[in-house]
Amino acid sequence: MYKIVKKVCLNPTVTRMDILAPHIAKKAEPGQFIILRVSEDGERIPLTVADYDRNAGTVAVIFQIVGATTEELNQKDEGDSICDFVGPLGQPTETDGLKKVAVIGGGVGCAIAYPVAKKLHEQGACVHSVIGFRNRELVILDKDFDAVSDRLQVMTDDGSFGEKGLVTDALKKLIEEGNKYDEVIVIGPLIMMKFVCMLTKEYGIKTVVSMNPIMIDGTGMCGGCRISVGGEVKFACVDGPDFDGHLVDFDEAMERASMYKAFERKAHDKACSLFKGVE
Amino acid sequence: MPNMSPKKNPMPSQEPNVRNKNFLEVALGYSEETAIDEAKRCLGCKNKPCVSGCPVKIHIPDFIKEVAEGNFEAAYRIISEASSLPAVCGRVCPQENQCEGKCVRGIKGESVAIGRLERFVADWHNQKGTDKIERPELNGHKVAIVGSGPAGLTCAGDLAKKGYSVTVFEALHLAGGVLIYGIPEFRLPKAIVQKEIDTLKSLGVEIKTNMVIGKVLSIDELLEDGFEAVFIGTGAGLPRFMGIPGENLKGVYSANEFLTRVNLMKAYKEDSKTPIKENKKVAVVGGGNVAMDAARCAKRLGAEEVYVVYRRGEEELPARAEEVEHAKEEGIIFKLLTNPVEILPDENNFVGGIKCVEMELGEADESGRCKPVVKKDSEFVIDVDCVIMSIGTSPNPLIKSTTKGLETKTWGGIITDSETGLTSRERVYAGGDAVTGAATVIMAMGEGKSAAAAIDEYIMGK
Repeated sequence: MYKIVKKVCLNPTVTRMDILAPHIAKKAEPGQFIILRVSEDGERIPLTVADYDRNAGTVAVIFQIVGATTEELNQKDEGDSICDFVGPLGQPTETDGLKKVAVIGGGVGCAIAYPVAKKLHEQGACVHSVIGFRNRELVILDKDFDAVSDRLQVMTDDGSFGEKGLVTDALKKLIEEGNKYDEVIVIGPLIMMKFVCMLTKEYGIKTVVSMNPIMIDGTGMCGGCRISVGGEVKFACVDGPDFDGHLVDFDEAMERASMYKAFERKAHDKACSLFKGVE
Repeated sequence: MPNMSPKKNPMPSQEPNVRNKNFLEVALGYSEETAIDEAKRCLGCKNKPCVSGCPVKIHIPDFIKEVAEGNFEAAYRIISEASSLPAVCGRVCPQENQCEGKCVRGIKGESVAIGRLERFVADWHNQKGTDKIERPELNGHKVAIVGSGPAGLTCAGDLAKKGYSVTVFEALHLAGGVLIYGIPEFRLPKAIVQKEIDTLKSLGVEIKTNMVIGKVLSIDELLEDGFEAVFIGTGAGLPRFMGIPGENLKGVYSANEFLTRVNLMKAYKEDSKTPIKENKKVAVVGGGNVAMDAARCAKRLGAEEVYVVYRRGEEELPARAEEVEHAKEEGIIFKLLTNPVEILPDENNFVGGIKCVEMELGEADESGRCKPVVKKDSEFVIDVDCVIMSIGTSPNPLIKSTTKGLETKTWGGIITDSETGLTSRERVYAGGDAVTGAATVIMAMGEGKSAAAAIDEYIMGK
C-alpha cells in the first residue's frame, strides 16, 4: 500500500496528490510516469510524474477527473492509501545542452510540462512558457510556471484569464518576435500538440511531445500504447513517452485514444452515481 | 498386476458447449479411484524413460507407485522434491513431447496419463494434505530473483529450501508472471497459482510486487545491496506485430494485451473496471498455445465466430495437441495455410475485416519446417471486427539496456552458460524465456532449477 501524504485540489476537476514511494522518488526524473491502481480489482492507469521529493520520499501526480478510476482516486484523502504505485517508467525528458526552450502546456498537461520547465530553469536555460486553458476556473500552476520561466504567457479560450486565444497564437508571436528556440517542448491534449507541431514545422524548430496513450503494464508487454513515429511502430511506455512531434502520426493516435470512450463514459457515470450515493 | 488397458482414463471435462460460455476450468480432474486405476497402468520400468523426458526430473515412477497404493501425500512429497509448482505443471506441460512421449506404454497404445496424475496429486495435497511446510534454517546468504514467472519461482523455491533468504522482484501488481497474466483461468485457475505462490512464501520467499528492475533498481544496485547473486527470469514479454497495413486500427490487440486484460485485469467479469472491446467475429493470428488461449477467451467473451489464422498446416501447429483439440470442440474455426496481408478498417476506423492469402508448403527451411509460400491470386477477406496478433514475443530489453556488460543475442535473448545459467556478468544468472525466447512453463522451470543449483554451488564455494 502507498500512502497519500498530501492532497490539493488545483481546480474543480484537477487534483494533486503526493504519494509516499521512496524507491521511486529516488529515481524519478521529469518526463517519466508511474502506473497506479487505486484498489484491488481496479484498473491500472498511467500518470506522469508531476514532481518528486527525494528526501521526503514522495512522488506527486496531478490528474484530471475524467473516468471511473480518477473519480475513485479523487475520493481518497490525505492519510488514505492506494493499492499499487509502480515506476518510474519510460524515458526521462532530454534537456541536456538546451539553452533556450519554449515549454507549452495545455490543461492538465501543464502538470507534466512544469517539472520539465523547472529542470530547464535549474540548469540555466532560458525558458519561455505558454500555458493554455479553457477558462479562468481551470487555470493551474500559473504561479509555479512563473517562478521558473523567463517569460510566461497564460492563454484562455474565452479570455477570462491571461490573454484570449490558443497556445499556438502565443507561440507564433514569440517566434515572430525573433526568439530562436533550440527546442519546443509541448504537452497537452493530442489536438493541441498536433497544431503546435504543424506550426513549429513551418519554422523548422525541433519539437518534442509527450504521449499518454492507453496502456496496461507500462513495461513494453502489452503493446496497447503503440503509436506510429516516422512510419515506425513505437511503444510509448518504453520508447517514450517523449517523441519527435514532427514524426508522430497524431490522427492515428487520436483514433486509438477513442477506443474505449463508450465504456469509459458508462463506467464514469456509474462511479459518479455510486459516490453520490455515499455522500 | 498392472492395469493393461491400452487407453488412458479419460479426463472428466465440462461439455464443450457449456464451457465455451464460462471461464471455469475445462478439465475437472481425476477422482481418487480413477487416479489409482490410472497409476496401475505404469509398469515401473527400471530405466525410467519418462524421467529423462522431464525438464525438472521428477521421479515419475516412484510417485505413481505411491498413487497406485493410495499414498497421495507420499506421492506429493516425491513430486515436490523436484518441482516447485506441481499443480501448475500437471495442467500446462506439453506432456506428449516430454514424459508421456517417452512412456513405454505409448508404444502399443496410450502412455500413462502422467500429467493428469501429477495434477491429481497436487490438487489432492492442496485440498486434503496434512504435511506442514517446514521453514528451512537460514544459511545467512541472500539471493535476488527478478521476475516471478515459472523460472523465477522455481529458482526461488529451490534456493529457499536450501536455506537462502530469497527476494523476488515482480513488475506487475501480482506475482506469477505468465501464469497470472497469460494462461487463462479456464486452463489454469488463478487460485491454484496463488496457492503455489503461498507455499513458496511459507518457505520464506519474500515477493516484492510493483518493482520494475532496470528502472527503480538496477541489477548492479541489487548486487551492491547485499544480494550475493541475482537470477534474471524476466521472460519474453515484448509482443511482435506483423508489420502489415492496418495493424494500429482500433480492435487490433497483441495476444499479450488481450490476455492481460482478460486474465490479470479480469475483464471477463461483469463489474470489471478494465475495458475490453465487445467483439462478434475475431481472427487470432498464430498457431501456438497463446493463440489457442486468446481464441478460446474471445469465444467465452461472447464472440460468435472465432478464427485461428495460421500460415502453415495442422501438422505444424506449435500448440499442445490438447489445446488444439479443446479449441476445435469449442467451435473455434481453423483457417490453416492462410496468412494475413492487411487489416481493413470499417467506417469508424475499427477493424472491419482481415485480408489474407492462401499458402502452400514449399521446401524445408533452415528450421527443418516446410516454408509456406503464397498461392498466386488467392486473396480473400474474412469479415471480422477484432484481430489478435499472436505471432510470438521477444525478451524485454529493459534489463539488458540497464545492465552493463550483460551480453545478449541479436534478438534479445540473454547469453548464458547452458548448464549453469551464468551470464556474461559474474554473480548474474538467467533462465527461462529471457534466455530461450518464448518456450514453455516447464522449460523455464528447468532453467530456474539448474540456475538455483549453480548459484548454490557458487555461494557455498566462495
